[in-house]
Amino acid sequence: MPSLYTLFALLLAVNLAAGLVRVLRGPRLADRLLAAQLFGTTGVALLLTLAAAQLQPSLRDVALVFALLGLLAAVAFTRLRPPAAGRRDGDGASAQGAP
Amino acid sequence: MTEALSALLLAAAAVFFSAGTIGLLRLPDTLCRIHALTKADNLGLGFAAAALALQAESWAAAAQIALIWLLALAASATSGYLIARRCLDPSPAGQPQATVAAGEARRGPGG
Repeated sequence: MPSLYTLFALLLAVNLAAGLVRVLRGPRLADRLLAAQLFGTTGVALLLTLAAAQLQPSLRDVALVFALLGLLAAVAFTRLRPPAAGRRDGDGASAQGAP
Repeated sequence: MTEALSALLLAAAAVFFSAGTIGLLRLPDTLCRIHALTKADNLGLGFAAAALALQAESWAAAAQIALIWLLALAASATSGYLIARRCLDPSPAGQPQATVAAGEARRGPGG
């Protein structure tokens, strides 16, 4: 069982690394935030797996905090003022882009 | 018996997490990516939590894992909805347009 946990944890880490590509490519801020959401969830699963693999129950509490902080990041993002129109990277620019 | 079941559930979780990541990378727009991502959140984490709860050392630990999954479920549903709404209507939620315009005027054209 422990080696299976390690294998699963490795796969999750590979997923995290692949998710970084979306952070780099964007193109909208929301896409980058989605990658951050993936990190949150995958991080929770990774911590739960490590808690079982390394027999460290305290890692579950860390996972709980991760799940909570992921939600807070999304809520904070949606309350932000949209970036000024014309900024290429912006959230509003691509949504309202059609003339 | 429970070990085999756990291994099966972990395999299912691995499939869903990989599908979520691939969807995040390959799907064409933000709403599609939200769709792919919430599958990974709900089912991937759900299968992983079920597998780990089966192997947990006590009922309390299993219950904690289940609660973490429930929190992640609520979080992913809420954040998916909020991000999708933000994509469709970029003005901040609950804030009238006038406030945004006033803030922009105060800030000046340079942003």
